[in-house]
Amino acid sequence: MIEICPFEISRRDLLVSSAATAAFASVAGNAHAQISGNEMQQSSNVSFKVNGEEHALELDNRTTLLDALREHLHLTGTKKGCDHGQCGACTVMVDGRRINSCLTLAVMHDGDEITTIEGYGRPGNLHPMQVAFVKHDGFQCGYCTPGQICSSIAVLQEIEANIPSHVTGDLTEKASVTSAEIRERMSGNICRCGAYSNIVEAITEVAGSKA
Amino acid sequence: MRAFTFERAESVRAAAESASNNPEAKFIAGGTNLLDLMKLEIEVPTHLIDVNGLGLDKIEVTSEGGLRIGAMVRNTDLASHETVRRDYGLLSRALVAGASGQLRNKATTAGNLLQRTRCPYFYDTAQSCNKRMPGSGCSAIGGVTRQLGVIGTSEACIATHPSDMAVAMRALDAVVETTRPDGTNRSIPISDFHHLPGDSPHIETALEKGEMITAVTLPKPAGGMHIYRKVRDRASYAFALVSIGAIIQADGTGRVAVGGVAPKPWRVDAADAALAKGAKAACAELMADARPTDDNRFKIALVERTLAAVIEETRDKP
Repeated sequence: MIEICPFEISRRDLLVSSAATAAFASVAGNAHAQISGNEMQQSSNVSFKVNGEEHALELDNRTTLLDALREHLHLTGTKKGCDHGQCGACTVMVDGRRINSCLTLAVMHDGDEITTIEGYGRPGNLHPMQVAFVKHDGFQCGYCTPGQICSSIAVLQEIEANIPSHVTGDLTEKASVTSAEIRERMSGNICRCGAYSNIVEAITEVAGSKA
Repeated sequence: MRAFTFERAESVRAAAESASNNPEAKFIAGGTNLLDLMKLEIEVPTHLIDVNGLGLDKIEVTSEGGLRIGAMVRNTDLASHETVRRDYGLLSRALVAGASGQLRNKATTAGNLLQRTRCPYFYDTAQSCNKRMPGSGCSAIGGVTRQLGVIGTSEACIATHPSDMAVAMRALDAVVETTRPDGTNRSIPISDFHHLPGDSPHIETALEKGEMITAVTLPKPAGGMHIYRKVRDRASYAFALVSIGAIIQADGTGRVAVGGVAPKPWRVDAADAALAKGAKAACAELMADARPTDDNRFKIALVERTLAAVIEETRDKP
């Protein structure tokens, strides 16, 4: 006699269905944290834009922005390396600034505009920085690359915006694109394959083509 | 990470009240240190109060000619601010010597002051740590202590304060402005803000339950040359073994604060007074009561040599 368990589902099915539930739970809802008296809840509503597309989610408060992007919105270009802000693989842009998406809660980003590697380029329509990384062999295994590229784009914007770095000579003069500046500003992105020198070349080329 | 409830604060007063009503609540600003510690279950708040939306992100000139820095001003914005670069260069330099570009974009002024130690025994929950679990002992004492404190430490704790920014704030005589849950405000000089460990290393600051930092103010510019020199195991994105924040006037007088050596940014009046006599004299005062271990005794010589290099740098420039 064969026994069939009608409730048996795979772990993957469970993950996909719970992610879908979370993703579409409250599309029209205005984001409000659950704060009143005894009504305290361990999940909150949040709405933000990712790569130009609006998303409304109800998330466990513990969900990092990184996990929201990967597990709930299935934007898996952004990588989880150390999950402690040390490696930079999770780097994304929030309101025009690069941050470690692993060290911020998704529910803290209500109304924010987020750009991930998917928002910068796709196969067939690459961002100039992606083109330069390919040309200069700025990676080997590729795991850190989405974070490296988001950071690279941000580094050139930060120099352009005259944000100083540890190696900036005179604080009252404009920061410039030098190899030393690029290396210092990219120190929050670790590449264990050691493609650093090629990454610097890629960034230098993109910086030069802008000048 | 343990589960918690979450609230977006509507006002400073409401945030402070909420924190005071909930014994296990924490404010969250940048979150770069708190969330790291929550993932490790070193911090286990049951409620988080998001204070990012309170408009505390402005930098304004004070009526005394100083600067009022909102608690939520990001490290990047503070380091980049025109007045800070021109008149408080030490602060700008200290900020960009710390963390990474990504972290500085998120980390706040108040959060930087409140960051916890990077003592590996505090981070390893399998070890005893009086700061993490009061009364459990200190595995760092007798352990691997190369990076740990040499002065201001106690029998209960030899951890250091990790901040670069706080070293600059100490040399600049910053004042921490707060609001208490009852709505009253107070101003805490940075010298009194961080506590030495004594027999209660888990009490790290002068803040009371629910008291929230609203701003950090700087007195009018001190003039002089501003230098922040950080010595670390790699050239970027590492905590200090020793750091020196100094403001040195043309006549060689000035002030000096030291990072990487103590549970708080370390500054000694007698060392400031001795600064014009040179690094050896100033260092003798700074490190007068040092109690290093065999592993970190080198930090005392490193303070003197780093300070000598800083003084030398002031002579090189007009």
